Amino acid sequence: MKKKKNLAPYAYVIPGLLMVLGFVYIPIIVNLVYSFFRLSSYSASMKFVGLDNFRRLFTNETFPIMIRNNVYYCVISLICQVGFGTFLAFMLESNLIGDRFKTVCRNIYFIPALVSLTAVGMMFNFIYNPQMGLLNTMLKHFGFVSLQQTWLGDRNLAIFCIIAMSQWQFTGYITLLMVVAFQNVSRDYIEAAVIDGAGPVRRAWNIVLPLAKEQLLVCSIITVIGAFKLFTEVYSTTVGGPGNSSQVLGLFLYQNAFLHDDMGMAAATGVLIFIITVTASIFQLKVSHSGEV
Amino acid sequence: MADKYIIKTRIQKVLLHVFLLLLVCIILFPVCWLVLNSLKTNQEMFLNSLALPKKWMFVNYATAWGKGLFFYFKNSVIVSAISIFFILLLSSMLAYGLTRFQLPGGTFVFFLILGGMALSEQVALVPLYKILQALKLYNTRLALILPYIAFRIPFTMFLMRAYFISIPKELEEAAIVDGCNSFQRFTRIILPISKPVLASCAIVNLNNVWNEFLFANVFLENKKLMTIPLGLMTFQGDLKSDYVVMLAGILIASLPMVLLFLCMSKQFVRGLTAGAVKG
Repeated sequence: MKKKKNLAPYAYVIPGLLMVLGFVYIPIIVNLVYSFFRLSSYSASMKFVGLDNFRRLFTNETFPIMIRNNVYYCVISLICQVGFGTFLAFMLESNLIGDRFKTVCRNIYFIPALVSLTAVGMMFNFIYNPQMGLLNTMLKHFGFVSLQQTWLGDRNLAIFCIIAMSQWQFTGYITLLMVVAFQNVSRDYIEAAVIDGAGPVRRAWNIVLPLAKEQLLVCSIITVIGAFKLFTEVYSTTVGGPGNSSQVLGLFLYQNAFLHDDMGMAAATGVLIFIITVTASIFQLKVSHSGEV
Repeated sequence: MADKYIIKTRIQKVLLHVFLLLLVCIILFPVCWLVLNSLKTNQEMFLNSLALPKKWMFVNYATAWGKGLFFYFKNSVIVSAISIFFILLLSSMLAYGLTRFQLPGGTFVFFLILGGMALSEQVALVPLYKILQALKLYNTRLALILPYIAFRIPFTMFLMRAYFISIPKELEEAAIVDGCNSFQRFTRIILPISKPVLASCAIVNLNNVWNEFLFANVFLENKKLMTIPLGLMTFQGDLKSDYVVMLAGILIASLPMVLLFLCMSKQFVRGLTAGAVKG
């Protein structure tokens, strides 16, 4: 039908492609190159140092703390956001609840996910404030003065306070995704199970969950990726402190690049984040394609 | 027997409602506490943050708005509007080009762009900073807009592609008979039919761009250009100990996306779920 050599199709593809190449792919490739150099943000001079940036990263005294914090964040988020969030989605889908009530609850659970991370961080700075914060005021009010903490100011608690904040913000997000996945499960399967005499728990566990398995895996992987990209939550609350007790990879990258002027080390940290998130993403793409007919 | 069953169901029903309402409280109680304190004076808040204000200080909101919040809002609106426009334009063109023409290497281009979804902003941060400096774009609005567009294209293109594939070919064939060229078919047939997916993409991307912090924090210095998430952090520094005004500012800043969600929750949910399943 079309014999004439036509350049028009390229005109649709090229602008978008150039944007993605120029501002996503090239920077990421350059980052890999930078990770083998020592360089500063103020000058163009670069010195090849081989794997020295990686050696300094892995032997840095905060490295085990960062990995530990990122892993804590990851594991707790998987349990709370994905595990509890999915459970909550089941509860919302129960036929004991009216549609109206269900939608209102679902929307309220989701609302924190719409607020910017900095705003949530600043709100929780108030909630965790030792003098007038919500937590300590409540504890005093109910007579548990001995349980009062400095929360974000406590070395052992700071990272868990940040993690708790994220669970508050994002559990409803996963719940929303799972509710939609459950709604997409064909009614026929569920009705067949009802006829076979399966109770609500059996139905959820043996019918609905396996059919929504793909979405569940996707949610898990989003959560894992998010855990290793963690930055703003920490930056807007503790900035890694007290000491380095709540330091994470994303913040370490930022501080090295723009505070300590050690962009090579920052690039090496970037490569590590890249490896972790891309591995998880490849897994996710595999999973989301496997279910496609 | 039947009675027992009814009672059991009723108890379950009550317990379930109590449980769900308890969670609603966990979400809303801190927010209510923040709203309450944003309407007090600083002394009152420190005295007892659970008490009701003696005098309702609605003026805190006006003060917050006047202390620069208005400018941060304006910047966010400008940056978001331009970004969203180009995200939708470039992504829909890409999706159209990739679904309607047999381009050599089309599949490769598709996977290349799709792969962009797996790449995180942190990894590009240091080189982008250098590139933007070299392009003399550092500390301009474009320093945010360009990366925002590039990082959101993969997700948006993917969502649109799935939709474009579902549009029946007959519509376009009729237009070809009428002598429309590909650009006319794109603007007069494909885009108007795709309004629902365009709305979903717009709103999900808006939520991302509006709340973006990492790039805004690194690529901007000038206070006059700062977007809301960054402005709020500066606000914290500027106000020092005027906590109640800061609270009012945080709440004002959070309101637009929440209101938008309440008005457009259908589009929101559709965009989010499609993106998560495929992304």
